[in-house]
Amino acid sequence: MATASKAAADSRANLPFVYRQYSAEQLREVLHKMYLIRRFEEGAEESYMRGLIHGTMHLSIGQEASAMGICMPLAEDDQITSTHRGHGHCIAKGAEVKRMFAEFFGKTTGYCKGRGGSMHIADVAKGNLGANGIVGGGIPIAVGAALSSKMMKTGKVVVSFFGDGANNEGAFHEALNMAAVWKLPVIFVCENNGYGMSTSTARSTAVKNIADRAAAYSMPGVIVNGNIFSEVAEASHKAVERARNGEGPTLIESKTYRHRGHSKSDRNRYRTKEEIEDWMSNRDPITLFESELREFGFIDDRGIEAIREAVAKEIADGIEFAKASPSPDVSETGNYVYTEQA
Amino acid sequence: MDAMVRELSYAQAIQEAMAIAMDMDERVFLMGEDIGVYGGAFQVTGDLVDRYGADRVLDTPISELGGAGVAVGAAVTGMRPIFEFQFSDFATLAMEQIVNQAAKMRFMLGGEVSVPVVMRFPAGSGTGAAAQHSQSLEAWLGHVPGLKVIQPATPYDAKGMLLAAVADPDPVMIFEHKLLYKAKGPVPEGYYTVPIGKADIRREGRDLTIVATSIMVQKALDAAATLEAEGIDVEVVDLRTIRPMDKQTVIDSVKKTSRLMCVYEAVKTLGIGAEVSAMIAESEAFDYLDAPIVRLGGAETPIPYNPELEKATVPQVPDIIAAARDLVKGVR
Ligand SMILES: Cc1ncc(C[n+]2csc(CCOP(=O)(O)OP(=O)(O)O)c2C)c(N)n1
Ligand SMILES: [Mg+2]
Repeated sequence: MATASKAAADSRANLPFVYRQYSAEQLREVLHKMYLIRRFEEGAEESYMRGLIHGTMHLSIGQEASAMGICMPLAEDDQITSTHRGHGHCIAKGAEVKRMFAEFFGKTTGYCKGRGGSMHIADVAKGNLGANGIVGGGIPIAVGAALSSKMMKTGKVVVSFFGDGANNEGAFHEALNMAAVWKLPVIFVCENNGYGMSTSTARSTAVKNIADRAAAYSMPGVIVNGNIFSEVAEASHKAVERARNGEGPTLIESKTYRHRGHSKSDRNRYRTKEEIEDWMSNRDPITLFESELREFGFIDDRGIEAIREAVAKEIADGIEFAKASPSPDVSETGNYVYTEQA
Repeated sequence: MDAMVRELSYAQAIQEAMAIAMDMDERVFLMGEDIGVYGGAFQVTGDLVDRYGADRVLDTPISELGGAGVAVGAAVTGMRPIFEFQFSDFATLAMEQIVNQAAKMRFMLGGEVSVPVVMRFPAGSGTGAAAQHSQSLEAWLGHVPGLKVIQPATPYDAKGMLLAAVADPDPVMIFEHKLLYKAKGPVPEGYYTVPIGKADIRREGRDLTIVATSIMVQKALDAAATLEAEGIDVEVVDLRTIRPMDKQTVIDSVKKTSRLMCVYEAVKTLGIGAEVSAMIAESEAFDYLDAPIVRLGGAETPIPYNPELEKATVPQVPDIIAAARDLVKGVR
């Protein structure tokens, strides 16, 4: 992405990373997308309550800065693998909310033509190789994509998003080792929201920080405050540079929190109301970023209002698009099992 | 004196069985992901952690391969673990320990050890959970000598077969259809077992034998009720155990009705229906058949997310009715 002009950059010399690195317009677009993620998920949640969406879903509300910060330095043809909590990643990587809604509504206009739903949301054209129903399932796939990049010399960098819970799956350990041994252009991003479903990292994980695992695979392990956009973007920026220079993988641990329950069937018995309340009112990533933007003079109240209004319209239009789209025909149940051949 | 019989859900019946097993034998304990304070993804363990403590209702990290292996190791060395997979689909991550270790350890060591582990697998489609959370993989495990594989279809059987599984010296894999968890039925209080390896004739009939498993048992019974009004008298055999299979009950039924249909949710080919059909073709019942055997199974596709497609990929009551009509009328 283009760097801000020299004069503007000088006046920002003491500001955090992203305010030096990106233009005001780019930063406002980040806020726009953070709102888009939040409102998309709220819209999905409401549609679910109204019976328009079936199954279940995992909301990333509270984790928007992490998705946006990691994807900020990525180019359009860089790739990601995502998780069951993947709506934010998908939007951050460039997906259109109307086609995401259509997927959630099971329609043919959805990104997976109604076959995948929330848990398999993808946008292959924009480099999102897919959310995943299997915890840790995407991690080796990202390493494979990075191997392709290296073998085919495409210069692509691959990001693998996963949760704290995934760090206890064998796939995580096997994948990190191979990535390090082969110096692949991949970035492992652990979005540590404190819990794998109901199980806190303290109860599930032998190390204090997931980033501590990096030492076992001879790669840098970086911890960032996942609710501060600038911190996440800065770490991602460095890791992307390292990957592009052929220096190998990085493990980034982005410490964050999910405001909602694990899925639609969570009694929240494993955490306190106070804890949730504290994260929501004192560390909300959108509030934090918005107030920084305001404080540093990148946006004013009217600008924020304009973003909120634009997002509200995009969401409403997206839901209408999804509702109006056709459902797949039951005669087409067998499609896409194998590659169609002439 | 007869034990008090209550209406319990399938999930409650399993929970009660686990509590009884833990009360009776202090070596019995539960392992799995989010089975403690969360109560299990389907609330099957529920509040057991409050009654038995976190040491006996042990939350594991998200580590299916390791977790299943730990259960096997504990079982070999004197404990009686009941391991819950959060979804049966995640058996795929633990196949090594289930197939190479649990199933074969006794054999490879010449009978020096037993592996009294119970594994529970919430299975099946119908919840909109899409391709990686909706599979029916019981036939995969049914293919492995050394394992016992059961699919209780009622709350009564769920409790009795789980207690039989805990008492069994060998590894028992229990496939529980997720849509059955809320189904209610009569369940006696206290300890009883339902034998592993015995099918159950759930409805007697003269014209056609339907061999069904798990959730398809109820669907077959519903279909049978409709068909009865049309003068077609269906016998419904609930297979209950797929390994070791109760061949005799099926053979005797087919000899009586002369027609066989197998109904199961898993992908149709290379599955339970193939096994039952071939078993009948090899048996003395073959000469009694008046019509080709029919299999109704899942479509040859992963389970789709879209609800209409999802329904269309597994046999439904109208499909069973239509196929039974054709079979009895000799349309095929
Ligand atoms: C292999 C596997 N095991 C278990 C699950 C069930 N499950 C889905 S999400 C989840 C928790 C994942 O925790 P984490 O990796 O921290 O991600 P988060 O949900 O917190 O974003 C679990 C146990 C699964 N989908 N796949
Ligand atoms: Mg987590």
